[in-house]
Amino acid sequence: MTTENVIVADAQIIAPPAPAKSKRLVYRHSLPIRLMHWINVISLSLMFFSGLQIFNAHPSLAWGNYNNPDKPLLSLEAREDASGNLVGITRIGKHEFNTTGVLGVSKGPDGTPIARGFPSWLTVPGPGWLSMGRQWHFFFAWIFVLNGICYIGYSLARKHVQRDLWPTKSDWRGIGKSIADHVRFKHPHGEEALRYNILQRLAYLIVIFVFGIGIVLMGLAMSPRMDAVLSPMVEFVGGRQAARTIHFIIAWAFVAFVLIHVFEVLISGAFNQLRGMITGYYKVDVDPVKVAGPEPVAVIKEAPHD
Amino acid sequence: MTDRRTFLRMAIMGTAGLLVAGCDKISQSSWGPKVLGKAQGLNRRVQALLSPSSAMAKEYTEADISPTFHPNGTTMPDTPEYQALMANNFRDYKLKVTGLVTKPGEFSIDDLKKLDNRTQITRHDCVEGWSAIGKWQGTQLSALLDHVGVDPKARFVVFHCLDNMDEDTPYYESVDIQEARHPQTLLAFDLNDKPLPVSNGAPLRLRVGRQLGYKQAKYIGSIELVDTFAKIGSGNGGYWEDQGYEWYAGI
Repeated sequence: MTTENVIVADAQIIAPPAPAKSKRLVYRHSLPIRLMHWINVISLSLMFFSGLQIFNAHPSLAWGNYNNPDKPLLSLEAREDASGNLVGITRIGKHEFNTTGVLGVSKGPDGTPIARGFPSWLTVPGPGWLSMGRQWHFFFAWIFVLNGICYIGYSLARKHVQRDLWPTKSDWRGIGKSIADHVRFKHPHGEEALRYNILQRLAYLIVIFVFGIGIVLMGLAMSPRMDAVLSPMVEFVGGRQAARTIHFIIAWAFVAFVLIHVFEVLISGAFNQLRGMITGYYKVDVDPVKVAGPEPVAVIKEAPHD
Repeated sequence: MTDRRTFLRMAIMGTAGLLVAGCDKISQSSWGPKVLGKAQGLNRRVQALLSPSSAMAKEYTEADISPTFHPNGTTMPDTPEYQALMANNFRDYKLKVTGLVTKPGEFSIDDLKKLDNRTQITRHDCVEGWSAIGKWQGTQLSALLDHVGVDPKARFVVFHCLDNMDEDTPYYESVDIQEARHPQTLLAFDLNDKPLPVSNGAPLRLRVGRQLGYKQAKYIGSIELVDTFAKIGSGNGGYWEDQGYEWYAGI
């Protein structure tokens, strides 16, 4: 053992490793953050799928406090064509699109086309079953809310929000470069990767504090019992149907965020990123200037960057 | 290109499909709905904390009334009993009050109008997601309960309706005594200054200000005060409750 070590040490003295190959593992995400991240993945997914099931009971959106069946903002409808076939129509304002097969009309349990807003492969449960969709939705709503409260509390207490998410003046100055890097899919691999860039900071802050809190409040705004105390907020956003519409829009905004988030993970080193969120350890290239010390340490324990 | 797109589509549909299928297994299991249902008890308790039982549903102005009040569920009860009442414009209608009360009785609409009435413009929120706003006039249920005298053992007010759902199953609903005594809980006979239309529940329907549409029983034939749901329907306190919906319809 000892001899081997000496040989390794000698080898390094003779030929120091190329800077590009020198990497270190950083403890990036603490255990609570990792746990809360994956709990969030599960609860958000199930709330989305069961939410579409609930939406299917009235696949139409309106503004204000009540529905005007003739003037929906958006609706997923089914009509019969001249030969009696069901046609799925998606209406957005005055515009109509034929979306047969996916929206408005899609395959039922026995394979024949039936009228339903979103298709069965996007809803929990698969078949139309409003009461069960509500069970799933409310169960995971509690998990989402409690998990979210824990996350915000932990992140504020550990200064994760203040240190890692709140943009600094220099972050703001780098916004042009950050946008340019993102559109060219350029990602840092060195120490810089440990620091969230301005777009990441803004995205996370908006998702947590605008989408997260907003979707919960708009969900509560749909509860008639809660409206006995929340009606000023409900009227402020434009009425209960407006709250339902905003709830729906934020749900899809979450989907857009998740798609971009997963895409960024895939192109910035999927394995490394996943390891970071599962084990906590994230590998970065060591800055060549800093490899001055005689012994490159494999694992550096430090406060998680989350 | 098309192949790749097809592959991607199949992959997304496949993943989502697997997840949905797994969830369907849980939905149909005996334990799944029980676990998921825990959240509903939490909803009721926490909502009662955040929104006290005395809190009032928002009342709107005449200008806010929706142009239509969408009739849902039964819109024309087909029982001979109801058809006969309707033929005579509900002049022979009597609301029966039974169960755990000191003075059971029968009340015509005119009798009910002599008790404390209330007019309110409130929003109706269906479990399906849509809303409508209507102006309701009716007898406060609390006034009727005071009139008949409630036995201290009574915990719930059950509304037995004149419309049959599937195969001779009459619609029914229930609220607890606290909700029954809320000032906005009405036995409504007027909608938008006119006698309640048949499609909206003539001659008498329930209005509960802070619960979803399925709680707002239409075509009420009789009211029964009970201490348990055990002997009514499948024992869950309402027609839709027997089909898996929650008894607490505040969310």
